[in-house]
Amino acid sequence: MANLNIDSVKARTFDTIVIGSGISGGWAAKELTGHGLKTLVLERGRDVKHIKDYPTTNKFPWEFEHHGQLPAVVTEANPIASRCYAFGEDSAHFFVKDNEHPYVQEKPFDWIRGYQVGGKSLLWARQTQRWSDFDFEGPARDGFAVDWPIRYKDIAPWYSYVEKFAGIAGNKDGIPELPDGEFLPGYPLNDVEEYFAAHLKTNYKNRHVISARCAHLSKPNQIHLDQGRGQCQNRDLCQRGCPFGGYFSSNASTIPWAERSGNMTLRPFSVVESIIYDEKLNKATGVRIVDTNTKETIEYFARIIFVNAAAINTNLVLLNSKSNRFPNGLGNDSGVLGKYIAFHNYSAHIGAEYDGLKEWTVDGRSPTGGYIPRFRNVYKQETDFLRGYACGFSAYRFQQHKYEGVGSSLKEGLVKGDLSPWYVGSHMMGETIPKESNHVSLDPKLKDNWGVPLLKISVDYDDNDEKMKKDYIEQLTEMFTSAGFKNIQPSTNHQAPGLDIHEMGGARMGNDPKTSILNKWNQVHACKNVFVTDGACMTSTSCQNPSLTYMAITARAADYAVSEMKKGNLG
Amino acid sequence: MNRRDAISRVALIMGGAVIGAEFFISGCKSTSNQVSDLFDADHVAFLNEVADTILPDTSSPGAKAANVGAFMAVMVRDCYTPADQKTFVDGIKKLDEASRKKFSNKFSDLTAPQRTDLLVDLDKEQKEFTTKRGKDLEADAAKHKGDLLYKAPELPNHYFRQMKQLTLLGYFTSEIGATKALRYIAVPGHYDGNVPYKKGDKAWAT
Repeated sequence: MANLNIDSVKARTFDTIVIGSGISGGWAAKELTGHGLKTLVLERGRDVKHIKDYPTTNKFPWEFEHHGQLPAVVTEANPIASRCYAFGEDSAHFFVKDNEHPYVQEKPFDWIRGYQVGGKSLLWARQTQRWSDFDFEGPARDGFAVDWPIRYKDIAPWYSYVEKFAGIAGNKDGIPELPDGEFLPGYPLNDVEEYFAAHLKTNYKNRHVISARCAHLSKPNQIHLDQGRGQCQNRDLCQRGCPFGGYFSSNASTIPWAERSGNMTLRPFSVVESIIYDEKLNKATGVRIVDTNTKETIEYFARIIFVNAAAINTNLVLLNSKSNRFPNGLGNDSGVLGKYIAFHNYSAHIGAEYDGLKEWTVDGRSPTGGYIPRFRNVYKQETDFLRGYACGFSAYRFQQHKYEGVGSSLKEGLVKGDLSPWYVGSHMMGETIPKESNHVSLDPKLKDNWGVPLLKISVDYDDNDEKMKKDYIEQLTEMFTSAGFKNIQPSTNHQAPGLDIHEMGGARMGNDPKTSILNKWNQVHACKNVFVTDGACMTSTSCQNPSLTYMAITARAADYAVSEMKKGNLG
Repeated sequence: MNRRDAISRVALIMGGAVIGAEFFISGCKSTSNQVSDLFDADHVAFLNEVADTILPDTSSPGAKAANVGAFMAVMVRDCYTPADQKTFVDGIKKLDEASRKKFSNKFSDLTAPQRTDLLVDLDKEQKEFTTKRGKDLEADAAKHKGDLLYKAPELPNHYFRQMKQLTLLGYFTSEIGATKALRYIAVPGHYDGNVPYKKGDKAWAT
């Protein structure tokens, strides 16, 4: 844009720019503004203000026309979004519709997105398990991807830092492979979950059922009240946005916090076309955006840039940031940008019945469930596949009904049916191995409404995933059998990658600029004033839900960026 | 109540697959030009009478008080396949024919005990029909065993099964059904994983 007006350039110049306002962008905004830096936060979608913009949050089931089911026009037009478990009549407005941002699927990939301030932090499953060195050392030990340039000791203080602010409910379980953190009181397991936990403890080495740590305010501290958030009220309607701020989202927490600093400028409706690289200064000077309302192209300038557009879109921004210095995308000297994309394997489940503890039930609703940390190949390689899987585990019982006939006997039977026996269920959460062939790239011809090339996505399972799936079913079947569970029913699905919503990599961290894009501080090796701290930075995936790690990595990188700026190292 | 819970509740209640469940879960299907053609106010009133016979006033108000007839009309319009829509609409006539055959009177003119008698018969009929339908599907699948491209035939459903399912789904997710018949608490405020179970307690709406 040829705007030479000096005042205009000044008005478009900030200390820092953050691309994206989701779970990691919100943290970047909070940390950078907290250090007094004037920060522009760019969000491609609309603004969503906490509470005010949660239109369904206080509706009763009967206030929805289809009592919660989606109308035809929505789902027929959105086969991809409709496959997400959280996409419903109460939450569809927080999901990207399939036709809003098309992409090319070289292989099936269900790309689930939330384009609004807060991104998918409004919709996430709020599971927050730490990584340990069993995870960070995985690639080096098992010989895949590249070595992580950080270890647990580097990130542990930052886990603590973000946990205290976000509010994480959990118990100190004392399990080395799933380190304890700064916890609010954990949610209880129910009796059958406790029974299975005790069974594993007695009969297995290193197999545990714990109450899954989750980003809910079980008992808020002052720092949470200061954010305007209150205790989780166990509504179990989180995907609508929480009027209590009971769970952590950018909208309830980091974005309003950054706003209160007086240092944040939030610009919704801003699609980032590319990052501007100055060949003379050898650094990035700003970003070029398209205003989605006016279609106007505008340039903004800053000393440092944080890229937090969500893993796949961060790859898109970097790939599309071409210059003479970087003809294949910003920082892509190694040629690995867009490659080594990985995800989590959620393709197996198992269910069973338990014929005991019938005198007990639960009351209220838990925002979390049971979690079995990875027990395979932890201390040594013990199977014919690499890495392992964590498992969800929960037990439940429901009202049994006599459904024969019609009339008052039917009705009374439905209202006062006896509870069923207990049922148990588990799903796998498997690590996948990043491979060069699992990649994203720019389509040479097709462009979106803003003139940005469409992404081509080519990501698939491999033999390791198949073997792991088989092992999950064998191990869980055995554990269920020895626990006395009956009618054990494993099942597999063929869900496409992406539906796990844990896509990672493409701009991985590493020690060697020849094989990675980012260094140990999440700086682009060859362009030090650009930081990437969302899922794109992940060298490997382990099997924990990744958001907590993104938060910690972001806070750590922001702290480093500020200290480097103060030293004058970033211009 | 989320979609899957609502569907599984009805599936449990009815002991089998819910008609149109794949559309309830993956979404609803409708053909827009049929929206106003399928039902009129008389149909809704008729469906309310049928629903109220299935779930009458007891210690809590019945399905008519919850206007389940209107909910059925919306769901058939928006969530049923064209084939299921036809079955349902034809079913309104068939139900009246069955009424004339048994009591020489149309359904709306029957006494309450007569209505219940008729629907008990129809419930048996739909159960036998559905059992046979399941066996036919199994037999057809067996005949094509090994055929990787096999697609199960779309055998018709029974209209009374549709009506009963939609009545239960609509009623127990309505304000009256959820709060007067069942127990509903919008904001539980707690979770306890260990409480004694008392037999005979009312079911929870969510």
